[in-house]
Amino acid sequence: MTKKYIGKRIKRSEDPRLLTGEALFVDDVEIPGMLHAAFLRSDYAHAYLKSIDVSAAQAREGVVAVFTAETMGDDWQPGPPLVSPPPTVEDVIFHSRTQVPLVKDKVRHVGEPIAIVIAESRYIAEDAVDDIVVDLEPLDVVVDIEKAMQPDAPLVHDDLDSNLAAHIEQEKGDYAAIREEADLIIKRRIVIDRGAAVAMENRGIVAQWDAKSQRLTVWDTTQAPIAIRNGLAARLDLSEHQVRVIAPFIGGAFGPKMMMFYPEEMLIPWVSIKLDRPIKWIEDRYENFYATTQERGQVHEAEMALTLDGRILGVSDVFLHDSGAYDPYGLTLPLNTQCHMMGPYDIANYYSESKVVFTNKTIVTPVRGAGRPQGIFIVERLLDLAAKELGIDPVEIRKRNLIPPDAFPYEHKIIDQAFAPLIFDSGNYKPVLEKAADMIGYDRFVKDEQPRLRAEGRHVGIGIVPFIETTGVGPYEGARVTVEASGKINVATGVGTQGQGHFTSFAQIVADQLGVDVRDVHLVTGDTAEFHWGTGTFASRGSVVAANAINASAKLVREKILALASKVLEAPEDELELADGVIRVADVPRISISLGELAMLANPLRGAVEPGTEPGLEATAYFGPQYGAIAFGTHAMIVEVDPQTMMIEIKRYVAVEDCGTVINPLIVDGQIHGGVSLGIGNSYYEKLVFDENGQLLNASLMDYLIPTAAEVPRIEIGHEETRSPLNPLGSKGVGEAGAIPVPALFAQAMENALPEYDLEILEAPLSPNRLFELLREKEREL
Amino acid sequence: MRHLFDVGVTVNGNRYERTVEPRLLLSDFLRHDLGLTGTHVGCEHGVCGSCTILFDGQPVRSCLMFAVQANGHEILTVEGLGTPEDLHPLQEAFWEAHSVQCGFCTPGILMTLVPFLEENPNPNEDEIRAAISGNLCRCTGYQHIVDGVKLAAQKMSA
Ligand code: FES
Ligand code: FES
Repeated sequence: MTKKYIGKRIKRSEDPRLLTGEALFVDDVEIPGMLHAAFLRSDYAHAYLKSIDVSAAQAREGVVAVFTAETMGDDWQPGPPLVSPPPTVEDVIFHSRTQVPLVKDKVRHVGEPIAIVIAESRYIAEDAVDDIVVDLEPLDVVVDIEKAMQPDAPLVHDDLDSNLAAHIEQEKGDYAAIREEADLIIKRRIVIDRGAAVAMENRGIVAQWDAKSQRLTVWDTTQAPIAIRNGLAARLDLSEHQVRVIAPFIGGAFGPKMMMFYPEEMLIPWVSIKLDRPIKWIEDRYENFYATTQERGQVHEAEMALTLDGRILGVSDVFLHDSGAYDPYGLTLPLNTQCHMMGPYDIANYYSESKVVFTNKTIVTPVRGAGRPQGIFIVERLLDLAAKELGIDPVEIRKRNLIPPDAFPYEHKIIDQAFAPLIFDSGNYKPVLEKAADMIGYDRFVKDEQPRLRAEGRHVGIGIVPFIETTGVGPYEGARVTVEASGKINVATGVGTQGQGHFTSFAQIVADQLGVDVRDVHLVTGDTAEFHWGTGTFASRGSVVAANAINASAKLVREKILALASKVLEAPEDELELADGVIRVADVPRISISLGELAMLANPLRGAVEPGTEPGLEATAYFGPQYGAIAFGTHAMIVEVDPQTMMIEIKRYVAVEDCGTVINPLIVDGQIHGGVSLGIGNSYYEKLVFDENGQLLNASLMDYLIPTAAEVPRIEIGHEETRSPLNPLGSKGVGEAGAIPVPALFAQAMENALPEYDLEILEAPLSPNRLFELLREKEREL
Repeated sequence: MRHLFDVGVTVNGNRYERTVEPRLLLSDFLRHDLGLTGTHVGCEHGVCGSCTILFDGQPVRSCLMFAVQANGHEILTVEGLGTPEDLHPLQEAFWEAHSVQCGFCTPGILMTLVPFLEENPNPNEDEIRAAISGNLCRCTGYQHIVDGVKLAAQKMSA
């Protein structure tokens, strides 16, 4: 294989359509006769549904139908769990309670759908929602996760004894014993609060039932079209081949569009069949804040045991994890947190206990980062406090604890989110940390610049945080590569794409394998009619799992090409070369055949073929990694804080990443920029504020602030490359990396910027208001 | 009884006559009545900027206007800027600089920037960031967008 394209900054082939407004998003689908849906959603977080009267809504001109849980009859069923509890861990408790299509007896969070109205237009459907008379009997509300676990707390699910959804303990070595030998114990309570993913495109579904052909077509803003197809077929009693799910261009996803099944995702296709009409539902931004999943709420009691010279002997942590009203996503998030709480460090003793808690809030499923930022926040905060206590430089204490390069593969003896043993496949951490320190000018800043700025009365601080990211988990992805008679290559894969540039990076792999121009490789993703095996785009796995499946299929096609060309050109395979869409004999270049001609020969219209030959130059292959690949990175930043206004200015931001083989650096850089930007929001601007009644107080983009171009600094990126031995391309994922270290980095840099306050930041996110409170508290103490 | 009004607008140089309800948002009118789905809707409360169009040459948020208010006016949407075969220099630059990820925010950002670059053909980084600070993008972290604008300014002045 030549490396003409892999590793190059290739422009994306999908962009011209996106730039001109021609790309198809779900809300762009128009079908003659299409009806529109709107939902009546609960205003209460916790209430019994006493009665509901839809007669006025039904009578409104332009309304076609109204459905409630009751009128759904036997078709009303709770959603399937998305991820099952781990079979391999002993003593794990897991109570599966999944979301329902429409509330039947009890509302469990604000925004839960109670009724669906179908009308000639969205405007009429929304009018009719207001016509519905619903009687809700409010109940005491469970908002705070610590209070939720008190014995007298109201129950989110009446059939359980408490609000405990799950309990899982993991242990490595013997923390209790090593604690006795430690010189220093750092023990703190650390709180991390909720945020939202805020993809710019809200969710949406269009479903079209065609009674004549008995086929259902669904356009869905999903990260997992194949799983949606399979689930819909099962629920609607159709064969999988009767259902086609298309995830067209998706306007950002970041995790919540992976949730299966949202109530709306099941209902819209169901209604389409019921009424035999195409139905569209597009979520509005307000609904998005209540009905699309969120993440990050955890309360930790964490401790770290160290020696005097700053070696970590062990970490112990007991935490509560907010699951919201249901727990369809199993234990993925708490397991991710558990797997990141040792960071990139060589830690022999570890104890972690997680209790997952039901609350009367929106359901929690992964948001870019997915439990990882919390784990990194804990270990980095404890280490910063230890460094302060021991008088060791923050960079130095980290160097002393990094896993050394000769220790890989490094076994952690706990299980990861895929219930497989947590093994760090490969890495070389110190050069990455040193590169980041170098790029930001760590020593110079601390020795010269910071003292000078402090003397001027300015509050400028530095932070540096290394982190790992578990990426590229199984089970598998697949792809089909076909050489067409035109000589162009068609590639079909099951993963959907939400802006990651898969069309281009995947084409680069194929172009290198087959020696064609990257512009001649056409990719189809996210359409179950084109390819229907696979799981989805999540957990930073596209560039690992799907990319390697594509690489494997392209390789098989290459073998077919060489075998056939060898016969046709009467030359041994190892004397052939593939370049510019032509196969030629390397030494006698005039003996050649174009790929297109060869493809035609591979699919003859007359005559006999040899027994056992498959027609065409086409192959399908799958890739399933043994276990996930671990990416690594270090971020550093210099920030100035104004202790009067609490406004901050990020003066420098450096991100050094090692995500193995980089297929397209342009795309990888973009992923890092986006991740950091979300991380900045998670650290200083974004927090979902629920009041004691479970009402979200900032459910609009006016009140929930995501960073604008004014808040996000220029990000300087450095790359190191440690290939993963677990896959032929050597790639690791990068989709979430940017977001993971940022809250920990903010905390460190803010403390460093405000030395006279002797701050201890034990929470994320901060905000200007919250920093103001913290500083005032300190002033009162001093 | 629904009251209906006649609306006549010129969009991307084409004349359209329609009869609409007075409450119909301009964004919905463009997207669903005229089929110009390049204008995106991300919040419908005037914050995200995805729905930005040029209204008599000025950037406005089409989710904050009613279709009837457009009666007699001229509108430019992203569809009028360029085609995949014949991109506007700003679109070219966005392509080269990888200013697009999911592309949902992109039409609104382009429409914000067209008049900005006309008024300020040689902007610095801070000016560019200020110009797009009313457009939210969740994917790019804005850096490649800023780079794209700089590149466009170079291309357009060359
Ligand atoms: S949709 Fe108009 S500003 Fe967001
Ligand atoms: S590119 Fe996705 S929101 Fe901007």
